[in-house]
Amino acid sequence: MDDRTKSALHWPDAIHAQFRRVGIRQVGYVPDAGHSRLIALCVEDPNIHDVVLTTEQEGVGLVAGAVLGGQRAALLMQSSGVGNCINMFSLLRNCGFPCLVLITMRGEFAEFNPWQVAMGSITEASLKLCGFLTYRVDEPNDVDDTVGGGCDMAFNGDLPIAILLSQRLIGRKQWNK
Amino acid sequence: MLDRREFVRELLVERKDLLVVSGLGSPTYDVAACGDHPLNFYLWGAMGGAAMIGLGLALAQPGRRVLVLTGDGEVLMGLGSLATIGVKQPGNLVIVVLDNQHYGETGMQPSHTRAGVDLVAVARACRFTDGLYVSEIGAVHRVRDLVHSGGGPILVQARIANDDPPRVLPTRDGHKIKLRFMEALNAIC
Repeated sequence: MDDRTKSALHWPDAIHAQFRRVGIRQVGYVPDAGHSRLIALCVEDPNIHDVVLTTEQEGVGLVAGAVLGGQRAALLMQSSGVGNCINMFSLLRNCGFPCLVLITMRGEFAEFNPWQVAMGSITEASLKLCGFLTYRVDEPNDVDDTVGGGCDMAFNGDLPIAILLSQRLIGRKQWNK
Repeated sequence: MLDRREFVRELLVERKDLLVVSGLGSPTYDVAACGDHPLNFYLWGAMGGAAMIGLGLALAQPGRRVLVLTGDGEVLMGLGSLATIGVKQPGNLVIVVLDNQHYGETGMQPSHTRAGVDLVAVARACRFTDGLYVSEIGAVHRVRDLVHSGGGPILVQARIANDDPPRVLPTRDGHKIKLRFMEALNAIC
């Protein structure tokens, strides 16, 4: 197995290692195929409160509460979930809460479902309008560095940071089996 | 029916290091009317988010008590949060809903509780360990005991009169509210 294949398989592990490095203690998520391995790693990690949400907007409140209580938090969601959060993101801007969001993209490369395109195509622009700094990752080898840099910006600078994990990185969704 | 200011005042008597999150609108004014406190996190927006802020805080501070004091419209906007809290079972989290059955900030339109939607039953169905409906001031002692020592998560639906007492406005500077809260909590940790 060459290095490229290894990192392709292990990019969720690289994100989890960054969570450990910066001491993230709460992770909110809505179940998602692209994030499934990272979710499993967080659930197994005794240092992380894994919080399964009914809608992504709940996660924004969770992050605010965690920070008020002295803990760092991250959110995992699909691009469609960004739309569910828009008004709740105002909490981050109004109070200056650090927020790290890892977003698996839908509605782009090899998307089979046109209904995903409407939100997926405006996800990054929506995040920017909400005050997020956004960083996109297409290559497995870039995940560690980009997520690490995003963590440092979020938690050293009390900033909202979104990392967009592209559909090319995640791979085609297998939907017909 | 309860007088909202009297009920909240009695509820916060001898609050000690209780961590309080207040929902936007009248609950924020009610909490501020009891006297400002650095361990109050006043919301001026983010409708539907108060219970989840309480959950994040309760998970981060398992040794302290967390009270979310909010309104019926606010909790209705984040009803799924009750299911999320039910999964995590935070023993130190209590949500008190000041239920006037109306959207007071927007012109007193009736809310879902006016039509009989039962928040205590919703909380119980979401695995809250206790749920309580109160409408008389004599019950405030029991609610206060639950806030300080009840095994959560607990939801109390407090039926208040739908009047509009004078507004008592805390600072609207969210950065200040956040930093002050964090510094005060840090000082007692």
